[in-house]
Amino acid sequence: MNRISTAAERRRKEVLTAWGLIAPALIIMLIFTVYPVFRSVYLSLTKYRMGMEAPEFIAFDNFARLFRNATFWKVMRNTAVFALYTVIPSMVLGLALAMLVNRKGRHIGFIRTSYFYPSVMPMIAIASVWMFIYMARNGLFDQIMIAVGVGPLNVLSDKDTVLPAMAVMYVWREAGYLMVFFLSGLQSINADVLEAASIDGATGWRTFRHITLPLLAPTTLFVSTIAFTNCFKLADHVIIMTEGAPNNASTLLLYYIYQQGFTNMNYGVSSALTVIMLVLLLVVSMPRFFSQDRKIHYA
Amino acid sequence: MKKLLAFALVLMTLVSFTTLPALAEEPLQLTMYFPVNVGGDAAKLIDQMTADFNAENPDVQVQAVYTGNYDDTVTAIQTAIQGGNAPDLFVSLATQRFTMADTKMAMPLDDLIAADPEGQAFVDDFIDGFMLDSYVDGSIYSIPFQRSTMVMFYNKDAFEEVGLDPEAPPTTWDEMVEYAQKLTNENRYGVGIALNSGSAQWAFTGFSLQNCTNGVGLMSADGKEVYFNTPENIEALQLWLDLQNKYMCMAPGIVQWTDLPTQFLAGEVAMIYHTTGNLTNIRNNATFDFGVCFLPAGRQWGAPTGGGNFYITNGISEERQKAAWEFIKFCCSTERAAQWSIDTGYVATRESCYETQLLKDYYADFPQALVAYEQLPYAQPELTTYSAAEMWRILNDNIQAAVTGEMTAAEALEAAQQQGDDLLFDYQ
Repeated sequence: MNRISTAAERRRKEVLTAWGLIAPALIIMLIFTVYPVFRSVYLSLTKYRMGMEAPEFIAFDNFARLFRNATFWKVMRNTAVFALYTVIPSMVLGLALAMLVNRKGRHIGFIRTSYFYPSVMPMIAIASVWMFIYMARNGLFDQIMIAVGVGPLNVLSDKDTVLPAMAVMYVWREAGYLMVFFLSGLQSINADVLEAASIDGATGWRTFRHITLPLLAPTTLFVSTIAFTNCFKLADHVIIMTEGAPNNASTLLLYYIYQQGFTNMNYGVSSALTVIMLVLLLVVSMPRFFSQDRKIHYA
Repeated sequence: MKKLLAFALVLMTLVSFTTLPALAEEPLQLTMYFPVNVGGDAAKLIDQMTADFNAENPDVQVQAVYTGNYDDTVTAIQTAIQGGNAPDLFVSLATQRFTMADTKMAMPLDDLIAADPEGQAFVDDFIDGFMLDSYVDGSIYSIPFQRSTMVMFYNKDAFEEVGLDPEAPPTTWDEMVEYAQKLTNENRYGVGIALNSGSAQWAFTGFSLQNCTNGVGLMSADGKEVYFNTPENIEALQLWLDLQNKYMCMAPGIVQWTDLPTQFLAGEVAMIYHTTGNLTNIRNNATFDFGVCFLPAGRQWGAPTGGGNFYITNGISEERQKAAWEFIKFCCSTERAAQWSIDTGYVATRESCYETQLLKDYYADFPQALVAYEQLPYAQPELTTYSAAEMWRILNDNIQAAVTGEMTAAEALEAAQQQGDDLLFDYQ
């Protein structure tokens, strides 16, 4: 009898300690993540602008209006196109860089750091620098175009070139970041497997295609989730470089949210857009969530 | 542990914030948010101004907080109001007044003016062209401070080079087109207008005013209607497209506001439409002889005014309102407004400024600066309505659609009209 109660007591104490330890992180998360999410969902169902006393419930009107709005669809298209331009290229480049620096050597640390460097710079600084590169006529890019006889393109002002131009900048920044994940993935591949393959006469492309790539699958899935979510979470460079010009050809979803919320002071609509963004992020992280242990070969 | 510590710290700060007002009794602490939209020293000058005020008024201490550009400042004020620690006064675009009134961010100043024995005389001394955009439904909501207007800068050396008289800049659209074509060669465009978001609507206001003899322009004075799709405005936009596509004397696509002076200084554009706020920059950096002139007339002279005004935040105590009003009067005193104009390149806002020796000497030494003042009788407020930021966006987006060839001038302004009407529907 006595023993049982001691066990129960010990258990209760354990639970309390556990909660105590979780509490600081949990409270911060509840305040800064969970509460805002629910607040956004609530506000998305209301009409609420600066100057109004209280939000006014209007059910799904915000969404209905957005879905009828041509600019909204343009923004969604831009966001999808931007993901298309950036996710795969930055992953391919990241993997290539990782292969390149996955060896021992005298300066390898320096080279790795150089590749990684762009991703520690703030996006605002990067955008400012690239704006000089893309500047009409006097920018580096247009100067090169003039020198090779193409003439100035002023890429940021053309609706067909502005997103690709931003994508190039973003891939340059992101590849180094993704490289780090691939590098750790590569280094966790058992050397014995590679050695066995080379004894069997497999070289170069075949080793890569049939051994490295399959063994990297969990890393690749993880990286693709990161790459997707990151590219949806971009607004700073749009503010610096174009403010969405020309005619919203470079407006991405997060910038659109910012514009609705902070420039137009329309909290209802910006919350509705935020909810759409949340759903989008949920969708792209789904594959990783579900295929956790299936089909993916963990080395 | 670290997180716990951080949390405890946050908690302590919060607690200390709530007890702060009880501790601080005097002097009265006022906070002002202000933006800087021109290069260089403006922030330093404002700090100096508040320091001078604080020295003269020991019972009131104003703290000026630099809050980025105009857009950032509106965001900062908005966030501060929502967070319950609003600034007492702030500088924002004159054209934000409908939004400021509608969102209840700013208060009407009529009572303060009436209560002040010098109030009416003070307000009457401001130049009409600037005072025009202080009113919302007959009430004064703001006081002109850092005000600008658009003028044309032209390269006299380039004029000479192609056989034009450097002392006779273009006075009409036709002359402007003719000269621009003459000035264009493979390394240089004849004329430049910045068409990025936020700039296009300012320049377009000017072209609209120059073309609308019936005085209609882009919007109604009460900010509740827009008139984008009138034949005069379509004609004005068509002129822009023709400069690019037909006469080939303006760079195609969208040139950025900040790039344009650089291109002018590099000799790559011979005439530019830009703000008087850039005068000092161009004066200091031009390696050629340059002139400043009125914007060429369409059917008549016309130019947009722009820039920022003082606002007082809604809902602060009467004591604070009075102190904020005193500070505004201090900053806009004749001598200070004149000095501010010389230091920054903004246009002096009061008639009495132009009687001061300070400004007389300045203009004698630098006559180009006088052009903006002389053009003011023809100047009118730039596009503004309720929900101003959204309305600018609508006009900018559609102008850009025309410039990039997605739509014709008529289609673009028709679309802008439709979207504008939708936006203002709630206010009509």
